[in-house]
Amino acid sequence: MDLKELYRDVILDHNRHPRNFGRLETSGGEVLHAEGHNPLCGDRLSVYVVLKGDRVEDIRFEGTGCAISTASASLMTEAVKGKERAAVARLFDEVHTLLTRPDAAAEATLGKLAALSGVREFPARVKCATLSWHTLNAALERGAATVSTE
Amino acid sequence: MAATPSPLAAAPSYDAARVRRDFPILASQVNGHPLVYLDSAASSQRPLAVLRAVEDYETHSHANVHRGVHALSQAATAAFEGARERVRRFLNARSTREIVFVRGTTEAINLVAQAYARPRFGPGDEILITALEHHANIVPWQMVCEQTGCRLRVAPINRRGELIAEEFTQLLGPRTRLVAVAHVSNALGTVLPVKRMVDAAHAHGAAVLIDGAQAVPHSRVDVRALGADFYAFSGHKLYGPTGIGILYGREELLGAMPPWQGGGEMIRTVSFEKSTWNELPWKFEAGTPNISGAVGLAAAMDYLESLGIEAVAAHESRLLQLATAELARIPGIELVGTAAHKAAVLSFTLAGVHAHDLGTILDTDGIAVRTGHHCAMPVMTFFGIPATARASFGCYNTEEDVARLVAGVGRAREVFG
Repeated sequence: MDLKELYRDVILDHNRHPRNFGRLETSGGEVLHAEGHNPLCGDRLSVYVVLKGDRVEDIRFEGTGCAISTASASLMTEAVKGKERAAVARLFDEVHTLLTRPDAAAEATLGKLAALSGVREFPARVKCATLSWHTLNAALERGAATVSTE
Repeated sequence: MAATPSPLAAAPSYDAARVRRDFPILASQVNGHPLVYLDSAASSQRPLAVLRAVEDYETHSHANVHRGVHALSQAATAAFEGARERVRRFLNARSTREIVFVRGTTEAINLVAQAYARPRFGPGDEILITALEHHANIVPWQMVCEQTGCRLRVAPINRRGELIAEEFTQLLGPRTRLVAVAHVSNALGTVLPVKRMVDAAHAHGAAVLIDGAQAVPHSRVDVRALGADFYAFSGHKLYGPTGIGILYGREELLGAMPPWQGGGEMIRTVSFEKSTWNELPWKFEAGTPNISGAVGLAAAMDYLESLGIEAVAAHESRLLQLATAELARIPGIELVGTAAHKAAVLSFTLAGVHAHDLGTILDTDGIAVRTGHHCAMPVMTFFGIPATARASFGCYNTEEDVARLVAGVGRAREVFG
């Protein structure tokens, strides 16, 4: 197991300086919101989304978590902003495959998200990387909910 | 780190290297490194003496207990009841009727909650716990409160993780029916002044349950000297097997309690109209028990006493001092739980590195520590942190283990730059 594969520079950078971090407030349009919780390690994060039609107009997140969950959330917000919901769902599938299939090659569409591929060598940490995605799904599907990795 | 005089300088002749050889698993390599096992507070490892006692029982003596006239059943019964007598001596209980075999501490506490508290308590009654309890000594009481309408009170701790004695005393009153407290905190290492707490509770007529899961591996426990009404612990934190634990209860209290599970073993007679209960302690042991677990637990007690509990505790205390001093010198380290009186547990956070990342990095060095909330979420909330890394010590840990931990934490700082 190679730590450098897990804690790549992109991951460490997004952990230290998470993008799109903080509560999302907007004057127009409904803010969809969900909270995610990983009881095993105490990670908690909130995802806020504003849709325009079927497109993710804006997205932010806040919370506390390990480097993997924070960086994954940060990378996710960058990756899904401006995308249609169907494209977001496809992206989550690709990320999930990347995190769980030992032989999965990173799809070109993943971009910076490919930096998460090292997580699959650390099965106990896969939940950290998927927490933000599950939370985003909950926000998109139900508007407001708490999801748990357990 | 050699610059500071080691607290081990005056170490007496405890031979941890020899003790290590009794534990086969400690020779393992983990992720290409010799295992450093610093998670004994979650579950300790087992010495050969325990593994062999279990194997010997399974190989030569197994049958169901208290059932048959045949030779093996009698051998199994002798082994099982012999283990009960071993536990009685370990705790200095008055009688084996006070020693109930259970699955572990959690089951012991639930037994008291359902068979002692639930039938007796009602609205206006109070159960008093402390702010540093493990979930297993919180949730069963919350369930009783829901079931009976009684109220859960919580005695606070200070920033060092010590019980605030005056507040505890103030919370005791005529409504207090039961005090349920940890002997040693699993998340913080704090040793509680249980003898004084028992005396204070008894002065108000309240019964006392002590969660001894983290105490029995590190100190000699004399339930009569403590005056405890109930004392609970697990075998697997005491170098014994999983799935076996002990509820000690004063005979007078156990005798007045109804059974909590029905089935075989716990009955004397059964008819469709009415069944009658077996004597203590079997009244609380429905179903075929964990016989080999009991045998293993007895062997673990023999083993620990052969090392000398006091000698083990002194050794662990020196390691705790050494690790505390060495870790405190690392920039960004915050020790969580700095009570004056601690046992074998060192919880900490490292600035800029989440406990979970720290745990992964240490694991790649072959170092096993626990990370997370340690089943004590209210403790984490009190300190305003989501999680800690926790190193905990057992009879087999060494200065080298502490050095490897300190080096591993240093490496985590490098990875996170």
